[in-house]
Amino acid sequence: MLDVFTLFLFNIIVYNIPLLYGTTGEIMIEKSGSLNLGVEGTMAIGAVVGYLAGAKTDSLFVACVVSFIASGLVGLLFSFLTVTLQANQNVTGLTITTFGVAFYYFIGNALSNSASGWPKLSGTRLDVQSQAFEIPLLSKIPFFGKALFSHGILVYLGVIIAILMWLYFKKTVPGLKLRAIGENPGAADSLGVNVALYKYTHIIIGSGIMGLGGLYMGLNMGGTFEGSNCWINGYGWISIALVIFANWSPAKALLGTLVFGFFNTLRVQNAALAYTFPDTLGWLTKIPSHFFSALPFIITLIVLITSSLSSKNKSGEPQAIGRNYYREDR
Amino acid sequence: MKKLISMVVAAALAVTSVFALAGCSSANGGNGGGSKASFKVGAIYINSQNDTSGYTYAHHKGVTEGMKKVGLDPAKDLFIVDNVPEDDEKVKQAIDQLAGNGCNIIFGISFGYINAFEEKAKEYPDIIFSHATGYLSNDKNFNNYFGRIYQARYLAGIAAGYKSLALGNNNIGYVSAWGTEYAETCSGINAFAMGCMAVNPDAKVSVYEISTWGDQQLERQAAETLIDTYGCCVIAQHCDSSQPQIVANEKGVFGCGYNSDMTTEAPAAHLTAPIWNWDVYYATAMKAAMEDPANFMTKVGIYYEGLNAGLVDISPLSSNCEPETKEAVELAKNLMKNGEWDVFSGVKLSFSGSAGSVAVEKTNAALVTNDGAEIVAAGGPSVEDGVITGSMNYYVEGVTQVN
Repeated sequence: MLDVFTLFLFNIIVYNIPLLYGTTGEIMIEKSGSLNLGVEGTMAIGAVVGYLAGAKTDSLFVACVVSFIASGLVGLLFSFLTVTLQANQNVTGLTITTFGVAFYYFIGNALSNSASGWPKLSGTRLDVQSQAFEIPLLSKIPFFGKALFSHGILVYLGVIIAILMWLYFKKTVPGLKLRAIGENPGAADSLGVNVALYKYTHIIIGSGIMGLGGLYMGLNMGGTFEGSNCWINGYGWISIALVIFANWSPAKALLGTLVFGFFNTLRVQNAALAYTFPDTLGWLTKIPSHFFSALPFIITLIVLITSSLSSKNKSGEPQAIGRNYYREDR
Repeated sequence: MKKLISMVVAAALAVTSVFALAGCSSANGGNGGGSKASFKVGAIYINSQNDTSGYTYAHHKGVTEGMKKVGLDPAKDLFIVDNVPEDDEKVKQAIDQLAGNGCNIIFGISFGYINAFEEKAKEYPDIIFSHATGYLSNDKNFNNYFGRIYQARYLAGIAAGYKSLALGNNNIGYVSAWGTEYAETCSGINAFAMGCMAVNPDAKVSVYEISTWGDQQLERQAAETLIDTYGCCVIAQHCDSSQPQIVANEKGVFGCGYNSDMTTEAPAAHLTAPIWNWDVYYATAMKAAMEDPANFMTKVGIYYEGLNAGLVDISPLSSNCEPETKEAVELAKNLMKNGEWDVFSGVKLSFSGSAGSVAVEKTNAALVTNDGAEIVAAGGPSVEDGVITGSMNYYVEGVTQVN
């Protein structure tokens, strides 16, 4: 039996890392001025395609690459529709969500009904590669060690991606150009930045990152295909809210994941806390679990309100978000 | 021009995904031609007919197998409207569609279809309406059907009880969609706990309520909490996915699944699972409706069967079960099959002896809730069926809900 607090911290990370992938992926896309509401569907496609490729080759590396490519292709579709063909971004994003989740069921059902059935994870090399391993020394730190340094490789990859993305936005020239496009594509265009190329590249990479989050859910939070139960299960939508919470900063996305994760975990672990500390925390079980599910969104609302009330515009929201860029309109 | 192309592509994408979601409702239908001689079956599902596990899957399997039993061809004689939410208007539309297809009997599998079924049964007096899990009916062409799944859960409880005895750990966990809010979940938890205690009188069942029928991540975390914090050695479940069993497998404890033999998902953990054989009912209902539709309500009527009819059962005991389990389960099963004893009565079973000589003993003992209220006096008869299906809202002794 693990110490209840260690377990709490551990679960915050294990069950909420997909939010970090979804959020950082979406931030990259939104920084280019595009609003992609297709996170849920993109994650679903990355999840199911990556999982199947991984199961076929029994390799986590292949699973990650294929997942990234598959969801990247969804990003390519989104870019083609919204950047080249100038379709409405909201509608396209929603269509991708519907399409992606249906694609997940389509492939999953077909495979489960086939003779060989859905490929099982347990006992495979893929399972071993994706499961938690302990980082020497660090994982021995009391209390935090187990919670922070004994996870699957995809957990660390998610954190590394978030940090690299933050550096990319802040410290590099392409990152600066990308942010310029998000704020004012016309101005960026006049300075010789290839708006369409930048949008395409970053939408594809952002979608690929989301797909990895979906793959993580397949490998570490699901593994069996259950007829009426999608792995992604709303995490994509929460990610979109988390982008606002994080104020379009990948670094704050890390913090936001922990905050959302804290309430997500509290929703489940409130009973365990109340059981371990009946006198001080016994009241936790009296609160309906749906209140905990609602809390992160209430906090997001408050963040939105306070950021729009402040006199200086400190918001990280790209000014041109959601609007397609017509060069002729410039 | 660009706009035009984009609209076409977006429309094509939307249409494709709508079709994929709807699961091609008409795939099994086609145009029936409406000849009077053939018998046609209609079914309304809450999820997709292409599901590979879960509630709709179990019913769809039951309908198709039941049809084969009575000589009907599911590819030709079955009309399905699936993904129908519990919304009166949508259900009515689905019924109209099936009536238009010429269906002679229409099954609805979800509780919330109840009002639409009652209303439409009046509108189409020549069609038989059959509604699962509900409580409404009329005396001519509208019945409801359900099964004594609690009997199967009692048997699973016996398997769990032996496991906890062998491990010397009295803590048994139960991941449940709902707690005392629904009689269906509540009676299942109680029956399972009574099965555990018939073997291990000191067994304690801790219930974790996830407040939804299915959510893989919640089911996983609930099972983890029950194992890590409450030290449970067996995890039973009443929820959609097999995640609680998979977690039990990962953590080296044991479990009882639900709806299907989850030994495939959790080979080292799974003991046995309460299962439904819906084809038993569907074959009975279709046969009666084919042969003598006018007397459907006297021949089939309100259908509530259990182990005796084979409507419910447990999946084959896995090799993870303790050696005494098989005999004890057979003993209890026979008592219930013969109608000599039932779970929620003033008589308790207790099992003793080792493998090869397991004996069952009946003792008079009151059925008492976990806060001390007496439901059935010692030696008294079983509670009414209406209580088990509709109004049971208490846990029996030995059960606690943790959240």
